[in-house]
Amino acid sequence: MEFALTELCEQVVTARAAQRPLLIRGGGTRLFYGGPLPPAETISWLDLSAYQGVVNYEPSELVLTARAGTRLAEIEALLASQGQMLAFEPPRFGAAGTLGGCVASGLSGPRRMAAGPLADFVLGTRLLNADGSVLRFGGEVMKNVAGYDVSRLLAGSLGILGALVEVSLKVVPRPRREATCVLALDEASALDLCLRWRSQPLPVSATAWVASDSGDGGLLSVRLSGNESAVRQGLDAIGGEVVPDEAAEAFWAGLRDQTHPFFRQRPLWRIVLPAGAPALGLASELHEWGGCLRWFAGPCDAAALRDRVAALGGSACLYRREGAPTDLPTFHPLADGVLQIHRRLKREFDPAGIFNAHRLYPEL
Amino acid sequence: MDIASTADERHASVPDFPGFLARIAQDIPAHCILTRPDQTRAYECDGLALYRELPPVVVLPENEAQVVALLKACREHNVPVVPRGAGTGLSGGATPHPQGVVVGLAKLNRILRLDPVACVAVVGPGVRNLAISEAAAPHGLYYAPDPSSQIACSIGGNVAENSGGVHCLKYGLTVHNVLRVRVVTIDGEIIELGGEAPDAPGLNLLHAFIGSEGMLGLVTEVTVRLIPQPQLARVVMASFPSVELAGEGVTRIIADGIIPAGLELMDKRAVHMVEPFVQAGYDLDAEAILLCESDGTPDEVAEEIARVEALLSAAGATRLQTSVSEAERLKFWAGRKNAFPAAGRISPDYYCMDGTIPRRHLGKVLAAIAAMETRFGLRCSNVFHAGDGNLHPLILFDANQPDEVERAEAFGAAILELCVQVGGTITGEHGVGLEKINQMCSQFTREELDTFSAFKRAFDPYGLLNPLKLIPTLVRCAEYGKMHVHQGDIRFPDIPRF
Repeated sequence: MEFALTELCEQVVTARAAQRPLLIRGGGTRLFYGGPLPPAETISWLDLSAYQGVVNYEPSELVLTARAGTRLAEIEALLASQGQMLAFEPPRFGAAGTLGGCVASGLSGPRRMAAGPLADFVLGTRLLNADGSVLRFGGEVMKNVAGYDVSRLLAGSLGILGALVEVSLKVVPRPRREATCVLALDEASALDLCLRWRSQPLPVSATAWVASDSGDGGLLSVRLSGNESAVRQGLDAIGGEVVPDEAAEAFWAGLRDQTHPFFRQRPLWRIVLPAGAPALGLASELHEWGGCLRWFAGPCDAAALRDRVAALGGSACLYRREGAPTDLPTFHPLADGVLQIHRRLKREFDPAGIFNAHRLYPEL
Repeated sequence: MDIASTADERHASVPDFPGFLARIAQDIPAHCILTRPDQTRAYECDGLALYRELPPVVVLPENEAQVVALLKACREHNVPVVPRGAGTGLSGGATPHPQGVVVGLAKLNRILRLDPVACVAVVGPGVRNLAISEAAAPHGLYYAPDPSSQIACSIGGNVAENSGGVHCLKYGLTVHNVLRVRVVTIDGEIIELGGEAPDAPGLNLLHAFIGSEGMLGLVTEVTVRLIPQPQLARVVMASFPSVELAGEGVTRIIADGIIPAGLELMDKRAVHMVEPFVQAGYDLDAEAILLCESDGTPDEVAEEIARVEALLSAAGATRLQTSVSEAERLKFWAGRKNAFPAAGRISPDYYCMDGTIPRRHLGKVLAAIAAMETRFGLRCSNVFHAGDGNLHPLILFDANQPDEVERAEAFGAAILELCVQVGGTITGEHGVGLEKINQMCSQFTREELDTFSAFKRAFDPYGLLNPLKLIPTLVRCAEYGKMHVHQGDIRFPDIPRF
């Protein structure tokens, strides 16, 4: 396996010497996410899918370390065998998805609203840098403040600073009990209710509001997770109709993996907003995370949408860009001062610009 | 202690101080600028009093505009900047620079917004950690991270150090509970990292900024997440005949799928140290005492406590006692929370270490520390955040005895080396600062340290923000390497170790 890593290092050294940009890939399931890819015939891939395998798993210390090319499915099966899971419920996008792609894209699923984002669970990384060296940051312990937190910087960095080759994650026990209930509510009422639950000690681990087909009203699904007592009390407090476990699991998996029919629409926007942001009144929307994540499908005036969302303290990503104008930036524009730091970081980490050029922002 | 640095680490040019003072006097009122030694003496050290340096000037800005003006002046005059919160840090992160300005942010101490519905608070960096929870309490909310110094420490300092606390296994560290920071850069520009909306666009600069020890920018606002107060908390106190069995108890709890609100272990030395001080009713015959706290609704807690009791019994606990009232819960915790003052009571000085280890190595590490007691001729007691592997050995010494300071430091360094050897880290929550800068050479390669430097340059290209901290120079690592041919034994303790 170390031979595979040496080959990757050499590929980086060669690419840097030749000033030939590389695009990093694992299972290729998340390539849609980020700035547009160049024509296929011009791409040099840095393919990490062969660098795979779980390096260490200590269930009683809640930590797992695996190489970047390890299939997410393999990791999840291993965790499940010990009654554990990835708390941030990353989308899987099919069987080929890898740990490296999962961490580099930084996407979290329905449980993020309660458990925290993917980056919260990154304890350590090994980074293949622009010199072709492999560096280690963080480690396998939960508390670690030695040096800057480069590992969490790399979470969601879309590979622009280098290639993740190994990741250590904090894992968590699966909840003893989960239950889902559904309430028929219009958008504003659903948002209001979700907001009110925030300040109450309820074990809400996911919410989703989907507009009904007729256009008036919709359904709010609420998942509760915890021990028996906590879930029972939560159900009593929230009310609604309890969904059978199997159907509930299928529903949340559909949201998590974005196989729910809503996600077939294009173009698809991913909008994040602070808690308490009002209904946007857009044509076709699906909410998660208590209303903090709003998926919006369909054509729109992108600049106006971004201005409106920014004024509310949020941002909008052109998540699936098919059908949208090609010159639309994928990610929400950064403030000048923050963009300048991005530029300097890119220059410091990857002076020759060989890693994943333009995937995060066109100027990086 | 001599912290004078080697010539290459110092700034080449001595700043023009009169010019600098005249410049900042244009924007900052005179009462916020301290230059007389009787005024600046209070700022010569932080919570790690081993390191002292009288600062040439201390500035205490009263608003963000003054911070901006100050940093612009520092940039123009090439004056190093040492940010300071409440000064409770334990790694020398706020130790003054001999040619720099200490910027105390304690006056930015207003709670700017508290939204009990959205469950967020926007506060100045000088707001005390506990003051946030006190302000949130009427709404049934609190701010979760609770470092031992929470009465005094400020949220700005917590952000700088990524502070933890005894509840962070379940509720996270500072990095998990801060949503946004507003920062003044060394160029005097204002930037915001993170936000109240999840997943701010761009690189994850917020998480990388937290724990950066004041080396990237000065924080002027922090937005924190508030969470509902648990309705009830109860703690199980378990005695074990060995540290290994106590560790086994922890393993069984986690393996059962329980994430306790708190999980703390004290060794026999620590128990004997604190019991006369707090009279918590600790079992003096136990080799280790484990405290396991459960919180939530009354039913939820009852269910969890029953499981914990059964698991700890099965793991070999010789005595179990579960708090039946809030007063009793606090009494059980009193010993753990007062471990440091208790050390101060039985020893003229103590030195608190902060390594983290994979928990499976706890028995081995504690045995090695016991052996080091003989080697360095000093006593050490151990308290351990058992859930997350964070070990706090308290080395007891007397600074008035010849060479005891040096032996305490060498003992501490040896413990940290050991933590790295077993796959852990030299600091779990106190930070590197000046204190552990040598051990950074053990934990990281030169290229990794260079990456930290590169990261810092992206925020502070001039190297003016808290220089000489956290990242050791090549020369320092070379010197430290030479000293370590005898595995942490300093051969000539009278030679200044810069």
